[in-house]
Amino acid sequence: MSQKTIAIALMDPPYESENLTTAFRLLDVMARRGHNINVFAYEGASGLAFAKQAPHPNPVHGKNVAEENHPTTKDQITALLALATKNGGKVDWVNCGMCVDERGVGEFVADTRRGSPADFHSFCEASDNVLVIPTK
Amino acid sequence: MAKRTLNIVESAYRAVMEEQDDTILWLLAAMQGAGAEHTVVLRGNAVNYAVAGQGVLGLTVGEWKQTQAPRMDNDVIDLIERRKIPVFVIEEDMFARGIERSELVPGVQLLSAKMLPKHMAEYELVAHW
Repeated sequence: MSQKTIAIALMDPPYESENLTTAFRLLDVMARRGHNINVFAYEGASGLAFAKQAPHPNPVHGKNVAEENHPTTKDQITALLALATKNGGKVDWVNCGMCVDERGVGEFVADTRRGSPADFHSFCEASDNVLVIPTK
Repeated sequence: MAKRTLNIVESAYRAVMEEQDDTILWLLAAMQGAGAEHTVVLRGNAVNYAVAGQGVLGLTVGEWKQTQAPRMDNDVIDLIERRKIPVFVIEEDMFARGIERSELVPGVQLLSAKMLPKHMAEYELVAHW
């Protein structure tokens, strides 16, 4: 299979919908197949790569931090980047700068970057296909 | 004595994979532990929370694996059995989705939509989630 470049726009913040689970399932498959992935994290999704996310215990479940193993999107992004690299693909993960500023989530995990709608425009121009997963 | 609260839960499967539970059922369980007195009515798509035997594999992204994927039926059982929170299901919504009574977890009670207003009048607070 030839290597493709795919652009994805995400809008949902962490912990608000199932859209991100769908997105990460797709991203995982794309990275496993060695495709290049360009992500524009817009609005609430600009918090996905926020480095200060932390897992927590869950007293309702009766589990400590290790047992609960609470998902954080920053860890999922880090795993995605590693998977893509391992399979010969590249991920350009762009966090919308203005969205980041208004939310105070400007500290990103490594190898993601600050950007703007101009990056999404560039992604659309350069990619073989574009998938938009908007907030509804 | 705590105010008796009826919680009508209609939003379903919203962020349950990331939270590893339903945010509202979790909130009610936590509040019950703090002395609240809750009752739950599942309606709309949320009636499916009471169907026994559901579940999904955890999310996997590269080397990252989710180990505690949500089990909504277990969370409903937990509300009923451990926290003593009554859980009702709107039967019209259940039947509209092809769910039979025999498919529900033990302890769930059926409630007709026609009876819901009368049921609401028995509580001091009503929250529609």
